[in-house]
Amino acid sequence: MADISISNSSTAAVGSLSVEALAGPQKRARKEALIRSVFLLASLVSILISVLIVVSLVRESWTFMTQVDWSVTWGQNGWRPRRGLYDMPTLLVASLIVTVIAMLVAGPLGLGAAIYLSEYASKKTRSFFKPILEVLAGVPSVVLGFFALFFISPQVIERIGRNGWLVIGAVIIIAYLAVIAGWTRNLVRREAGTELATQIKRVLTLTALVATALILIWWVNSVAGSGDPASADFFSVKRSGQLAAAAVGVGILTIPLVASVSEDALASVPQELRSASAGLGARKLTTTVQVVLPAAVSGIVAAFIIGISRALGETMVVFMAGGAADEATFTSSPFEGSLTMTAGMASLATGTDNVVGEGLTFQSLYFVGFVLFLLTLFLNIAAGRFVNRVRERY
Amino acid sequence: MGLSTIGDNQVARRVEDEIFRSGRDLRGTGFRTLMFSALAVSVFILAVLIVQVVVDGWPTLSGRFGDFWSGTLRSRSSDDGLGISQGLKGSVWIAAFVAFFSFPIGVSAAIYLEEYAPRNWLTNTIDIAIRNLAGVPSVVYGLLGLFLFVKTLNGGQSALFAGGLTLAILVLPIIVITSAEAIRAVPSSLKQGAYGVGATQWDVIRTQVLPFAAPGILTGTLLSLSRAVGEAAPLILVGAITGRLAARDSSLIDQLGERFTAMPIIIVGWVRNSGADEGFGPAAGAAIVVLLALVIAMNSVAVLLRGYFEKKRG
Amino acid sequence: MAKRTPSVIAGLRGPRVNAEDIATDDSVDTDMADAVPATTGQDRGFVAEDIVFDASDLSVYYGDFRAVRDVNMLIQRKEITALIGPSGCGKSTVLRSFNRMNDLIPTARVEGDLLYRGVDLYDPRVDPVEVRRRIGMVFQKPNPFPKSIYDNVAYGPRVAGRKKGLDDVVESSLRKAALWDEVKDRLQESAIGMSGGQQQRLSIARAIASDPEVLLMDEPCSALDPIATARIEELMAELKDEYTILIVTHNMQQAARVSDRTAFFSVEVDETSDRRTGLLVEYTTTEKLFSNPDDERTENYITGRFG
Repeated sequence: MADISISNSSTAAVGSLSVEALAGPQKRARKEALIRSVFLLASLVSILISVLIVVSLVRESWTFMTQVDWSVTWGQNGWRPRRGLYDMPTLLVASLIVTVIAMLVAGPLGLGAAIYLSEYASKKTRSFFKPILEVLAGVPSVVLGFFALFFISPQVIERIGRNGWLVIGAVIIIAYLAVIAGWTRNLVRREAGTELATQIKRVLTLTALVATALILIWWVNSVAGSGDPASADFFSVKRSGQLAAAAVGVGILTIPLVASVSEDALASVPQELRSASAGLGARKLTTTVQVVLPAAVSGIVAAFIIGISRALGETMVVFMAGGAADEATFTSSPFEGSLTMTAGMASLATGTDNVVGEGLTFQSLYFVGFVLFLLTLFLNIAAGRFVNRVRERY
Repeated sequence: MGLSTIGDNQVARRVEDEIFRSGRDLRGTGFRTLMFSALAVSVFILAVLIVQVVVDGWPTLSGRFGDFWSGTLRSRSSDDGLGISQGLKGSVWIAAFVAFFSFPIGVSAAIYLEEYAPRNWLTNTIDIAIRNLAGVPSVVYGLLGLFLFVKTLNGGQSALFAGGLTLAILVLPIIVITSAEAIRAVPSSLKQGAYGVGATQWDVIRTQVLPFAAPGILTGTLLSLSRAVGEAAPLILVGAITGRLAARDSSLIDQLGERFTAMPIIIVGWVRNSGADEGFGPAAGAAIVVLLALVIAMNSVAVLLRGYFEKKRG
Repeated sequence: MAKRTPSVIAGLRGPRVNAEDIATDDSVDTDMADAVPATTGQDRGFVAEDIVFDASDLSVYYGDFRAVRDVNMLIQRKEITALIGPSGCGKSTVLRSFNRMNDLIPTARVEGDLLYRGVDLYDPRVDPVEVRRRIGMVFQKPNPFPKSIYDNVAYGPRVAGRKKGLDDVVESSLRKAALWDEVKDRLQESAIGMSGGQQQRLSIARAIASDPEVLLMDEPCSALDPIATARIEELMAELKDEYTILIVTHNMQQAARVSDRTAFFSVEVDETSDRRTGLLVEYTTTEKLFSNPDDERTENYITGRFG
């Protein structure tokens, strides 16, 4: 340690600096602070907007809630704002119908697409389908409204309504086919590798082809036969738009959202889990259904909740294809026309240049909006919780 | 068939089957097929949609292509002057509002959140606000626009600036979230390298963060532009015109205070009119072809751009 | 061998030795000094006006967690000082506190004193940007900016507001980094296409271009092959004439080859919380540390019994 020494013991070393030398120019510090505060200001805009939304909703709906005769908001058998009847059940039930049907479309399709993309698809397949889903996500809702009104409604919904027996028949046949398939599968498994199995496979393939052809012919036939206006509806279907058509349209709009959030959830499941499962001799199906899906379940729940929130808030498709304008009579049938909360708001605002209505009409708009806002806010917060749960786990 | 030499062919084949049975895993194949069909159906729907719309709209579009661009809103579909010029103008204005307001404010907010924000209650609040705003239904933004711009600022009169600002507000959270993601992807080694030679925070943002994040920010901005151009609900709420619009020649600034329409609004109006005047249906189809082409083009450019840069960076 | 000032020396010898020990155990120290073969004949003492850094009782925290504690070091001008130790011992953390790079981690904070040429680096009036212009840094992985070679080197001077004479700065920096001959014909090409060793020398050139006094190198060779490593080591020996260099390295041979002084850091595991805190065990001349360390832990480490 003797090699450690100080050869000059003077405390005021020649090489020392003053603090000012390291302080940097004032101008630079001021510039940096200014830039920082500009960015801060920009980020505060989001808080300002949130506050303004809440203030505008609360202000006008407060007026509505304090001045309205509450009896006109319940059990009036119809939403007729211009006549002072603000029956909330009409809008709420229609919203419920649309949301449920939309999720019946978007849920399985979105989740299925996500599972395929995340678990099965090769890189090439992925890079083909992902952009297409993104294009679907970007289709404006007015386009879906048009599509729902001019295609889904006449070509799908009215046909289902008119040919109820056809639908029921199709369900029976599919169930029948499933039973046959199950039985054949067992047979094939038992006779694995034998001539018989090969034969069965051949027969099965042929049957499937024939069945597909038959169904196609049947479908084309029913299209041609549907020209008869006298044919009685199996269900009572409203022509020119009904909730079901709009709901299917909303569902289509929601598919990419459900798909992308589910896919994120599946992607966040660690690869080791899959390897571990495969290492134990599990098949791909077992791994996917019993390991990956349970691990991603929170995220998939979140995807569904976000989908519900989106479907609930979708306006234009229902407004255009929901089969009701300006006012709606209460209905609980998806084959009738009605107004959801959102479509009710949109139709209140159209038809007149001056958006300010008489009496409480204007305020009712905000009351409905406030209810919608609270519902979607609740759903989004719930979805956020579920998403975080996945993130925390892995 | 290497095992067949054992003698008992039957046994050998059984063993082989046990090992190589994946080809006969019916349930697995079935499930895979089912999942694939979900994806295929989604894509198929998109194809049907596009074909259907083009079939509906093509006659109008190809028959009177030139007139359709320059034409205006009319009360009868048979009117030769029918067209979408006012809608195009309105949509261009809306895109301009998004570009001038949402883009700078959104990117700045993203920079603050990713590069400056300390971990405190204010940052948390901003974060929560942005996340929740992104999930607010578009029609509610329309209510805000109606209250703030139309009723409070413009005496109850609808105006172009109200529509533009409402949509600018609507897409702001999207721009913030996508830009923040792009900024988060900037490698910290680049930032550290810059700080290490005495760059200030602004230097680092200007010379490292923004150039690297630019493609991602651009992608997000394009996506939100196309969202704004396709959005109708908020515009209906703030009183965009679905019927005839008085033809007037006014200066750019004056137009901001005038009544307006936009592409999606024209489509809605025509679809609703088609009940009484069937000719509006194909006209709406034609307008949709134009709108879809515009939106899909923007989206595709955005998606391709992102893919290109992702590939380039490995 | 030399006269000494106990009050300063207290800071030289690691945490376990304090001023009183030195005052009372003077004779012991002298004995031990005799044990060191004085082969170089060089004076390894500190010259007061040439002390660049003076760290006393320096600790670095991340939030509540103390990453490294009790660092007492003097750094001599125009010398190479190596920081070695097992991973997790906080040597990089200490290095980064020397030019306030730790400021970039929001939860990081420093306790104790760290003087740079007599100025407290963590004085609220000190601007970290100014500090980093005087104390440059080279990182573990080569991190060229996705710009041209020229723009990489000119980056520092440019952000410092320099607009004229950039060509000269770029050339002289590249020359000092022994890279000029290899790249002079492709200055406008992207730096991303260079080899790892070239990229790291470019990082050094980039640091030099800001005209710093000190270069901090955080395991600069860990991502390089042996040949590129040798070139960097050669380069460091040349740069020593002009710059004070601190280098963190995993590689003990490297520390032994290039440095004048070496600080050995170790890790202490808290049994209850399982948290690992780094600490400075021994700091002395490289020669002594590797031939005759005072501390058993140093001995164990350099002979490969631990870490």
